[in-house]
Amino acid sequence: MNEAFFQTFWISIKLASLTTIILFCAGIPIAYFLTYSSFRLKVILQAFVSMPLVLPPSVLGFYLLLAFSPNYWFGNFFNQYLGIRLAFSFPGILIGSIIFNLPFMVNSIQTGFSNLPVSLKDASYTLGKSRLTTIFRVLLPNIKPALLTGVCLTFAHTIGEFGVILMIGGNIPGKTRVASLAVYDEVQALNFDMANKYAIFLFLFSFVVLVFIYSVNREYLKWKRF
Amino acid sequence: MEEVLIDLHVRKKIHTNNGIEVLDIHLRIPQYDLVTLFGKSGVGKTTLLRIIAGLTQPDSGYIKVGDEIWYDSTQAINVKPQQRNIGFVFQDYALFPNMTVKEQLLYASSQKETWYISELLDVFHLKGLCNRKPEKLSGGQQQRLAVARALARKPQILLLDEPLSALDTETRYMLQHEILQAHKNFQATTLLVSHDIDEVYKLSDFVYVIGNGKIKKQGKPGDVFDSTKIKTDIQLVGVILYIENNILTVSVNNTITKIIFPIEEIENLKINDKILITAKATHPVIRKLTNEELL
Repeated sequence: MNEAFFQTFWISIKLASLTTIILFCAGIPIAYFLTYSSFRLKVILQAFVSMPLVLPPSVLGFYLLLAFSPNYWFGNFFNQYLGIRLAFSFPGILIGSIIFNLPFMVNSIQTGFSNLPVSLKDASYTLGKSRLTTIFRVLLPNIKPALLTGVCLTFAHTIGEFGVILMIGGNIPGKTRVASLAVYDEVQALNFDMANKYAIFLFLFSFVVLVFIYSVNREYLKWKRF
Repeated sequence: MEEVLIDLHVRKKIHTNNGIEVLDIHLRIPQYDLVTLFGKSGVGKTTLLRIIAGLTQPDSGYIKVGDEIWYDSTQAINVKPQQRNIGFVFQDYALFPNMTVKEQLLYASSQKETWYISELLDVFHLKGLCNRKPEKLSGGQQQRLAVARALARKPQILLLDEPLSALDTETRYMLQHEILQAHKNFQATTLLVSHDIDEVYKLSDFVYVIGNGKIKKQGKPGDVFDSTKIKTDIQLVGVILYIENNILTVSVNNTITKIIFPIEEIENLKINDKILITAKATHPVIRKLTNEELL
């Protein structure tokens, strides 16, 4: 029983870590584009990024499940060329959770970028620095709290994800069963003790993450208000 | 005639208080001069600086600097800001919050020449503040850092966008002097945006007055600000604090002054009225302010 408990949490943490790392790398360029580009149709990208906030997870899960099926090009591509079956597998729930958490990472970073004075970017350009140098030496170091918020929210939110993973992961112990699903499962099986163990862990974890984000951001705001 | 360094003629639609206006400006700026763009706020002075820096693209026209073409709409040339050898001092200074004074200068200087950076630190009185971040600097120090950083790249052209507007009067006078010094020491052709006539007069070799999207006047400051702006009277604006018989107590430049007046002329004045006080400028009493008085 204990082994299953740790295994389940291990899958939760593995999923959350990978989701966060991948989204951090992908989120910065997307947020940069959404903040600084003057491309007219960027509202459409913005809407797509924020869709998971309003879409029922079951809807997203349903379409992902269809896409993952080897009968469609997306699932077929993964199956045939990479040898990965997406439906009811770990790579599948990873893709689902990346899409589902996109707004938490991108919106946080985007808020950071848009709160910076535009003149910082301009100043760096007039000092002869390229766009990449400007991003890494000037913009990103000055939005650390926003980056941290994005990372923490994404990580915590992935740990707490339920609907999408249930739809596309199928709750397979040792493969796709994460802690949030386990609570539901144990309740169904009337194992309230076990459900409680999972639940209290998740509860404390989420609480600690939020306290951490708020305290770091508060320190930063104090520091900024000189 | 000195050699012309910047020759530009650009057109750009801009949004002003009076709706959309076309900025249509032709400038020829000699090398090593300090030239001012003077005009009310919102007439496009800043836009013009940004166009020279390459941060804003004009609708049409050309910008030539020396032998180089930085922008030409007919040949579709538009040199990136990074490739234009300029220094830009922004109105909000745009200092990088994550870098110390020294780090900002090192970041800006392309050759990382330490002797040049320490010279800049010296000239702008920043030596003791090397390891401070901008938030720990006063307004005047921030402004100095902004100018020093702009010069760290050894620019051919220095662009200053209302660099002193956020400072109090005393700091402003001090920094006006420093900008002049820096201009002489570092020999960058300088273009200054200002709406402060005092500043323009004190600093510039040549002034362009911009209004309604055009150059309305140009010349040496003494010629441009003709009798309508330069008078043989001294004029002060004051606010009436008290009226007692024929004595007005007036606040002028934060100093309280009592003025004696014929009673019949006081009749239509009341407390809080703003008044213009004119005195003849022939043979006034003048003395130099002592250092204590300046502080």
